[in-house]
Order: sequence, then C-alpha cells, then structure tokens
Amino acid sequence: MPRVVFTSNLQRHVNCPETQVAAGTVRSALAQVFAAQPQARGYVLDEQGHLRKHVVVFVDGLRVRDREQLSDPVRESSEVYVMQALTGG
Amino acid sequence: MKLYVGTKKGLFTVTGRRIGKPQFLGDPVSMVLPDREGAVYAALNLGHFGVKLHRSGDGGKTWKEVAAPEYPPQPEGSADKTPWKLVQLWSLESDGKRLWAGTIPGGLFTSEDRGASWQLVRALWDRPERAQWGGGGYDHPGIHSIAVDPRDAKRITVAVSTGGAWQTCDGGKNWAICAQGMYAEYMPPEQKFDQVAQDVHRLVLCAARPEVMWVQHHNGVFRSTDNARSWQEVTAIRPSKFGFAVAAHPKDPDTAWFVPAVKDECRVPVDAKLVVARTRDGGKSFQVLRKGLPQEHAYDLVYRHCLDVDRTGKCLAFGSTTGGLWFSENQGDSWRCLSTQLPPIHCVRFG
Repeated sequence: MPRVVFTSNLQRHVNCPETQVAAGTVRSALAQVFAAQPQARGYVLDEQGHLRKHVVVFVDGLRVRDREQLSDPVRESSEVYVMQALTGG
Repeated sequence: MKLYVGTKKGLFTVTGRRIGKPQFLGDPVSMVLPDREGAVYAALNLGHFGVKLHRSGDGGKTWKEVAAPEYPPQPEGSADKTPWKLVQLWSLESDGKRLWAGTIPGGLFTSEDRGASWQLVRALWDRPERAQWGGGGYDHPGIHSIAVDPRDAKRITVAVSTGGAWQTCDGGKNWAICAQGMYAEYMPPEQKFDQVAQDVHRLVLCAARPEVMWVQHHNGVFRSTDNARSWQEVTAIRPSKFGFAVAAHPKDPDTAWFVPAVKDECRVPVDAKLVVARTRDGGKSFQVLRKGLPQEHAYDLVYRHCLDVDRTGKCLAFGSTTGGLWFSENQGDSWRCLSTQLPPIHCVRFG
C-alpha cells in the first residue's frame, strides 16, 4: 500500500502521522489522511484545495506537477512525501 | 498593565515592566486581540503552512487553535485577478458579540462563535470597486483597520490599503465608500481625489466620540468629525507627514498620537531621532515628544498596528520594526524603554 509521510516541521504544528492509504491520486491519498486528521488539511492545502504555495509533495522522489487538482498518480508501491518548500518561511 | 506584542518570531506578553516567556516562539504573529471577555486571539502567518488563529482563555498561558477565515470557492472562469486565498489576517476586532477580521487579499470576515467559524462579508467583497483596489506594500490589497462604533455595533468603518475607507450602518449588509476629502499626491491628476485610490495606512476612532476619526494616510494625516462623511487634512503634523501608526484618545476627541517617518521612500525617523507627535487640539498643533526615546542613530519604523493607547488614555506603548518597545504612563510626555532587541514587531495591544 502507498505510504504518506509528512515533514517533521509540520508535526510541530499539527498531528499528521505517517499513514497507509489506497492507491489513486495525490488528491485521494491526501483525502484519506485528512479524513482521520481533519485539522492537518489547512496546513497542506489552501481553501481552494490547491497545494499551499510553499508546500511541495514528492511521489517516488518526483515533485508533483499538478499543484491544483493534485491528479498525479499514486501507485501501490508509491511513497508520498509532504514537505515545506525551500521558498517562503 | 498588560501588553501583548506580536512579533516576527512569537508573541510576547508584558506584565508590569517584565517581558514574559514568548508564546509561538519562532512563528510570525501578525495580529493579537485581547477581547472584552478575557479571551486573547493570536493570528499566526506560518511561512509554509498558512494563516492560523489561536485562542487563549487564560490570558495567553495556554492556547487552542480555532478556525482561520477561509475564502469560499472561487467561481470557475472568475475574472478576478485576486486569488480567493487567505494571505494574512491583518486586523482583528471584537464588538463584544462578534469578531471581525480584516485580511489580505481584501476580504472582511465575521465570526459569531468566537472563531469556531467565519463568514466572508460578501456585500463588501462583491463591490465592483474592489477591482480597483491595489496592493500597498503587499501583492494584494488588505483591510488593516476595523473601527466598530461603540455606541452602535452595526456601524463599522474599515480601511483598505489601497482602496480608501468603507462604512456600513447595518452590520455589513450595505457599504459605502467614505474617503471624501482625502487625496493621493502621487497619483495621476485625474485619480488624485478618487476615493478608491486612497492609501489609508491606518484608521482609528475616538471611543467616546466615535464620529471623530483619525487617519494616517500615505501622504499625510486626515481627520473627520462627521463620522467619515468628509475628511480634512491635518497639516500641522510634525516632524513629517508620512507614517503608519495613529492612536486616538479614547475619551478626548481632540487628542491623538502619531509616529512620523521621513517619507515613503525613506522609512526611518527624521534625523534618525525617534519621536511621537501628539495633538491635543484636534490637529491644529502638535507636540513632538522625545523624552526617553533614542535621539541618535534610530532607524526604527513603527508599523500601523504597533502604537496603542489604553482605555484610560494615559498609557501608551509602541514597538518598532527593529525590535524596540517603549511605554509611557503620562500620555507620551516621557517614555521608558522595555526592550531594544525584540524580533521585528507587528502589533502592540493593551490587554
């Protein structure tokens, strides 16, 4: 099963443990995490459902391309990393 | 005396003359509000993870995250150049029942459940003139001042950088621009008196006489004595007319304080001497107050939310972009330094 992992910098603010999710897209993977941790959603996505400007998501080491619809695929073996970008802060 | 100081690296509380242990250490605190019921709200602007709002019921010792305002879904194909995304919680006020939050990029929000949920005030957001609002120092416009009439909480005046000043008399259902008499000397001649083009830096009112309002504008000081129907320039301000902060005496409509800087392209105190300008006669004349303030190599800028007066009108405090914090118990006649090395200060408020 795919695994979603969050930067420790985010753990400082809100609970978001590493989570096993079903394969699909970045959007569906994150949605599964946020269903269990609703408060984490606003830290990763803005109110339009887009990735926050200074947050990046990597799937299997590649930065996701679709930051708005989050349509990049997440496969059975995928690892999804949610991190702060080096911009901002 | 209790003073809340929001800074780029946390929230500091001053009790007596002692600065306590910071809360939210390392996180930018853009605004703080001690409300009348004893709660304190702190707005964070986390660099990566967005705007957050926290509430304390014990004077700032412990905090719980509440909801931050959220813009509604932006309609598909919207021609709005401004993304409907919260960038900063810039102003926060309470009328005793409701909270009001002014934000960048220009939305005014209200909460009737102490921050558990927020509603965008659509009547202002949907004004067609909003397309003419512009960013003043930020990419997008923002509401930095919310003045609720203490006699009638349905009468609210807000100010926008840049977008003039706006007033509602029915609790937010209808809004009218109210910047008549202000002028923008740096704009093309045909826009100089355009009310929507006015860059108000800060708007405050006299609590006991709320029809009297003061504005520090990008190019000067203005005063209204008719509930913002008209504004008159206060030309006696010294030592300069540029600045951000203004505090209105809560009881005396003729008294107000300002912290002038040289000019827009040189945002430092005149002659590197930090001073506060005070009028006691409605702006006809000013005293330049400097006792206890640095008079040599002072480059402190005092931003719009960084000067406050307490409910008695006797105590004042202000903080600077270079981390200086000063306090006066005699209406500014003399000042005591509380620190010169805090992080850059975003807001100062008496509890």
